[in-house]
Order: sequence, then C-alpha cells, then structure tokens
Amino acid sequence: MKHRQDILFKNSLGLLSWAFIAVLVAMILSLLHMSGLAWEKIGFSFFTTSHWNPVKHQYGVAAFAWATLVTSLLALLISTPLSLAVAVSVTELMKKRAGRVFGFFVDMLAAIPSVVYGLWGIFVLVPLMRTQVQPWLFENLGWIGIFSEVPYGVGILTASIVLAIMILPTMSSLLREVFQTIPLTQKEAALGLGATKTEMIYLSVVKSSKSSIVAAMVLGLARALGETMAVTMVIGNRNDWMKSIFSPAQTMASLIANEYVEATHDLHLSALALVGVTLLMISSVIQLVFRAIYARGRK
Amino acid sequence: MKSNFRKTKDLSLKVLYIMGVLIAIAPLVSVLWTVVREGYGALTPTFFTNTPAPVGEVGGGIAHAIIGSFVVVGLASIVAIPWGIILGIARSEFPKTITDNILGFAIDLFMSIPTLLIGLFAYGLIVMRMRTFSAWSGAFALMLIMVPLITKTTEEMLKQVPLTVREAGLALGLPRWKVILRIILPGSIGAVSSGVLLALARISGETAPLLFTAFGMRTFSQSLSEPIATLPVQIYTYSISPYDEWRSQSWGAALVLVMLALVVNGVTRALIGSRTRGKK
Amino acid sequence: MSAEFTPSPILQVENVNAYFSGFHAVKNISLAVPEHQVTALIGPSGCGKSTFIRSLNRLHEETEGATLTGEVRLAGKNIYTPGVDPVEIRRQIGMVFQKANPFPGMSIYENVAVGLTLQGGFSKVEIENRVEKALRSSALWDEVKDKLKKPGTSLSGGQSQRLCIARALAVEPKVILMDEPTSALDPISTARIEELIFELKKQTTVVIVTHNMQQAARVSDFTAFFLMGELIEMGITKTIFTNPKERQTEHYITGRFG
Repeated sequence: MKHRQDILFKNSLGLLSWAFIAVLVAMILSLLHMSGLAWEKIGFSFFTTSHWNPVKHQYGVAAFAWATLVTSLLALLISTPLSLAVAVSVTELMKKRAGRVFGFFVDMLAAIPSVVYGLWGIFVLVPLMRTQVQPWLFENLGWIGIFSEVPYGVGILTASIVLAIMILPTMSSLLREVFQTIPLTQKEAALGLGATKTEMIYLSVVKSSKSSIVAAMVLGLARALGETMAVTMVIGNRNDWMKSIFSPAQTMASLIANEYVEATHDLHLSALALVGVTLLMISSVIQLVFRAIYARGRK
Repeated sequence: MKSNFRKTKDLSLKVLYIMGVLIAIAPLVSVLWTVVREGYGALTPTFFTNTPAPVGEVGGGIAHAIIGSFVVVGLASIVAIPWGIILGIARSEFPKTITDNILGFAIDLFMSIPTLLIGLFAYGLIVMRMRTFSAWSGAFALMLIMVPLITKTTEEMLKQVPLTVREAGLALGLPRWKVILRIILPGSIGAVSSGVLLALARISGETAPLLFTAFGMRTFSQSLSEPIATLPVQIYTYSISPYDEWRSQSWGAALVLVMLALVVNGVTRALIGSRTRGKK
Repeated sequence: MSAEFTPSPILQVENVNAYFSGFHAVKNISLAVPEHQVTALIGPSGCGKSTFIRSLNRLHEETEGATLTGEVRLAGKNIYTPGVDPVEIRRQIGMVFQKANPFPGMSIYENVAVGLTLQGGFSKVEIENRVEKALRSSALWDEVKDKLKKPGTSLSGGQSQRLCIARALAVEPKVILMDEPTSALDPISTARIEELIFELKKQTTVVIVTHNMQQAARVSDFTAFFLMGELIEMGITKTIFTNPKERQTEHYITGRFG
C-alpha cells in the first residue's frame, strides 16, 4: 500500500464511507431536533400516557406502542412456526430441485411492495376476516376477553396476519441459510442411531439452531415494528386502546403515515417526530440485539 | 424396527411441515391472482398515456404517476448507484479497518430503520427548508434506502472473487485501484448490476417515505421542486378512495409494480443463483 | 558454497525475516538467485517457502498483518528501500500461482494483454506483438490463436495455467516466480509446463516453489531446501540430490520425513 495512487484511492473510499456514516448521524440528530419541541412541552409523560388528541394538544404514545408491540408479536407467533416449516421442508424434506422452487416462491413474498399487500388486505383479507374468520372466533371463543368485539374486518388481527406474511420470507431465508450449513455428519449421526427423519430434524437441525431461530425472530420483529403501508391500510386507524385483538387500532408507524401530512400545528408535528424517535430507538436496540445473537450463533 | 407409533408420528410431522409451506405460499398465490384479475382490465392504452379524468368520465390514466416514479427513482439512482457500489468496494477490498467496522454498523442500522423514518428525515432536511413537497426530497429519501442495498450485494459479489485473482493483478505490476476497478469489478459486473436492479425494483415500490416528501400530484409536475405523483403513492390514495374507477386503476398500478418486482427478482435470482452454484 | 554460483545473481536476498501477525514464518534467509537459471525451492509444506517467494516481489506485505525485515536486491538495488514503489518492482518480477487464476469476464487475448493495457503507454500493435510472443513462449499460441476472443475461463486446467504464464510473460519481467504451478494439474499438463519452464530461462529467470522433489530435480539448475522457515542448504541441483551436505536435506530427499 505504498503506491501513491493507491493511497489516494483508499482515502477517497474512506471519505465516501464517512460521508455515509455522517448521513446516519445527521438523520438521528435531525429527528431529535424535530422532536425537541414535543419533548420540551410534554416530557416523559409522552411515553406513559395514551391520550392522543391534537385538538386539545394532548400527546401520549403508550396506546400506539402497545398496539405496535401486540401486532408484531402476533405476527411472530404466526410466522415463526411457518418459517420453520418452510426452512425444514425446503432444506431437509424436499428433493433439491423442488426445495429450490418452493424456496424461491417464499422469497418472492419479499418482492411484493408493502402497498400492494395493503391493497390486497383491504379488498381480500378484510372482507374475509369480517364475514368468515372473526364471526366464527367471536361465536366460539367470544367468552375469552381477547376475541370479544364485534368484527370490523380491519384491526389488530388483520394487521398481524399481513405482517406475518411480510416477515415470513425474511425469517425463513435466514433459517434456510443456517440449516444448509449444518454438516451432513451431524445428521447422519442421528439417523445412524435409528432416528426417524423428523426425529433427526428435531435433534440435529432444529435443536442445534436455537440461537439462529431466536435471531430470525428478532429480525422478523424488527421488520414488523417498522412496517408502515400495509399496516396503515388494514389496521383501522383508531387512536384508542385496543380492547380485543379485533379492535381497530393504530401503530406508531401508521400514526405517522396518517397524520404527518395533515398536521399543521408545530407541537403536533413535533409529537409525531417524537413517535418516530421512539420507533428509531426501538429498532436500533433490536438491531443491536440481533447482531449480538447472530454473531454468537455464527461462532 | 421402528415402532408403528414413531412411524405415524414421523409421517404426520412431515405432512405438517409440508402444509406449513403450502400455507406460506397461499398468500403469494392469492395476491398474484387478485392483482392480475383486478388489474388486468385497468391496463388500457389510456391508462399509460393519460392523466386522471374527472370522476365519472372514462379514459383517465396514471401516466403522470408512471413518469413521476421514473423521475424520482432515476434521480435517486444517479447518486445511489455509484455511491452504493463504491461503498461495496470499500467494504470488500479494505475490510476490518476502523472505517469499515463503523460503516458496516451504519449500513446494517440503516437497513433496519423503518423507511418511514428516512422519509421523516428527508422532510426535516429538505421539505421544511424548501417549504414545499418535491421530487428532490422523495429522491433523497429513496437514495438513502437504496445505497445500503447496493452496498450489501456489491460487497457480497466482490467477496466471491478469489483472493488470488487480486494477487495475480498486483503481481502484474498494477496498482491496487486498477486491479479493483478494471479487473475485479468488470469481472463481477453481471452480479453487481443484478444487485442494482434488485435495489431499483425494491425502491420502486417504496411508499411510506414518499408520503410526505414527493407527496403526490393530480397531473404532470412542471419542476423537480414541485410535489410529484408516483405509482406506489397513487396506489395508496386510490385504494382508500370511494370510486370504483380509481380503485380499479389502483389495481392496475399494483399489477405494473408487481410484474416489475417479480421479473427483476426472478431474472436476477436465476443469474446470481447459477453464478454462485457454478463457483462451487 | 558461493564458489558454485558461476552465473551472476539477479536477485540477492540478505537476512530476510517474514512474519504474519507475530508468527515468524521465514527466518533470516540469505541466498542468491542466478540469472537465466531455474532455482527451485523445496521443503515440506509449512516450511515457509511460499511466504519466502512472496517476499521476493513484495506481495507478502499485501496480506493483512504481514511484516518483513531484511534486503532483497534486484540487479543490485534493494527493493525494500523506503520510497521504492512495489508496483514498479512487480512489473519486473512476475508471478504464477498455485491454481490458475485467469481474470473473470476477460477473453484469452485480454487476459494476456491486460498487464500492458492497464499499465498504459503501449501502442495497439506493440501490445498485439507482445501478446503473440507471450502466447508462443508459453506454448499456447497454436491452441488458442483461432479463439482469442473466447473467455479466458473457458480453457482447460493446464491451458489456463499456461495462459497465466503468458499473462506474466507479456509484461516481460526480469524474474518470474512460480508458486507450485503444477500442484493442481494432471501429469500430462504438468509435463508440458515443466518443458516450458526449461525453455523460459532463455528469456528470463525462474524461481519455482515445489513440494515435488522429482519436479525440482527435472527442471531446476539450483535447489534450495527449506525447513521450518529456515534455509538448510542451497546448491547445484545435482549436488543437492546426490550428495547433500546437511543431514536434514538427506533425510528429506530420501523420504525419511516431510
């Protein structure tokens, strides 16, 4: 590295690298700046209260944070077993070629834009939920609190299902990569002991990939928390505490998408930016957790 | 001999796993089927050539949104493609330095940040200053989403080129920058451009960051400092409108976006896939 | 020992020590490489011969964490003097690697021409002439002259290694280093490359690393035996193989270890 042109080259790359890092820093500072007014006026009670009323200048994020958490966790609950099933089938059960084709189909789920899922949600999933799924759950399981609301179609559960579909390819492709690196000898050892195929899959594949499964869940969670358009279009946009998993609600992301353009008052805009900062903090923390788990799993 | 119970359990678990795959693919089939069924009828010639007609009149189109998407995505690409490729080169050719570690962290963090917030940043930086929604601000947001995507694929593709190819270049008495830019990069140009195409397809469908940057427009924009219509935002605004005509055009626009995404993804996957398989 | 070196040395190595992040891979080596001769470096794997050959064209330092002390003089001038441009050195000391590594995405012609085109300052005709000459010298011309536009990666293993030799020759280096150039090849391809090496010393000087003692005996004029990072003995090949001075050399050659 003593060639003069090479030193210049390396330094130019370094400069452009730092320029990108600077953009990230600028972004964080800018969001903090935009939310400064709300922080000043509302303070910590922003996180602990749940009244969101721009007319009365009341801003609390708790209900939205709760709805964000619930939709994301529900999505994980649906998506985790499915992505495990996909990863196992594609790497272990199917013939190589079939595995590749089905894996490709699942990956294609990630290619479809969020807004198209939202459109599909409005016109296919929401009617289905309203006329079929929710009435059935309400009738048969209505005595459990979480199913106890008249069906609107839109709401927490519908949003969770759409989210589950959207995070499925992310999770399953990570799991597939991990399963593919499991040495054949480890599998043969289990089969050699007389294990059936599915016992082998449990013993040699799933059990040894525990930390990767957790990593996939964290990654899925990160995607679900920040997903905006599809959720905005099917969650019902009601600024209130959810009563059941059928309730129309509002996530942090959908709140910003819905109100930011129409907000006129400075404090309202700033409060929405503070919601954004909250979301940024949550997604950064989750990214750090993911890196820690993933790095450990790879060792 | 395996007991009957274990055999039955084995079989039923296999069935469960495969059912999981089918359930996972069902939404894809449903989305594609609906988009084609609902969108096909909307794709008339005027759909591509006209701007929206007043409600109730036939013959409206979304040409302004198609052009708008091209403009915003094009503007974003002018900066994002070279910047992304350069950062990919930096990561693959000069790894494990302090700069590289911090850059790697920044790239990962950027990819995990909800794109909505990148739009919020563009609003604060550009829209608030210009006091108007604009193509510039939308392009800026999309550019920031695009750079890490291109960096990641470029880095991965360049890392597949064996170290000895670089050494062979150095051993010919060529400076490292020439080895990288004239030998290594052209040698992986197919794979790198696949990555660029994937990123283009991805940002073409981005909606949330455009809501309060590019915003939207009922007709063609006259300047880049004006609000501008884009396909994804058009899908959103039409989808929540009460008019059947608009909803139908929303599906038409969705069909265009989905076809673009599937074709680009399918083709590039096949290319990159065969390439990586061939290397083994 | 020095009495044996009748031809004048093109490379003189003095007290070279090479390290990888603290690991002492090459220990205090001094030797001379005679001009227009083939010098073979032999020894068991891990003996430091590959690291040593990479320090002769300053490629060693391109590895992460690699350091080096000592002097290597090319035609009397130390290539490690501060201020000397390693790029300039590598133009004069070419290298061929263990596995053939043609440049992906380039045609056969481009592969050979690239050292000149990217260096700049050569006319098109000049480059064409040099490419043909290099391909003839590497005994590849007759096999590829009708398909120069085909990708370099389309050739067979032996052919692509000869392509890599042609690529190195086109720059017309004073010395050409070969790091186990036939270890990935079948016997017939190996034989062709060995013949080639014999021819090459008319126009350049060859230093070849090999773990195949028969190969060293067949192609080289001088042989140096490395063990655990140290140079045990160097001399005329025939002497080394029939009448080595050191016991360790004798043990290695007669197959008692390594």
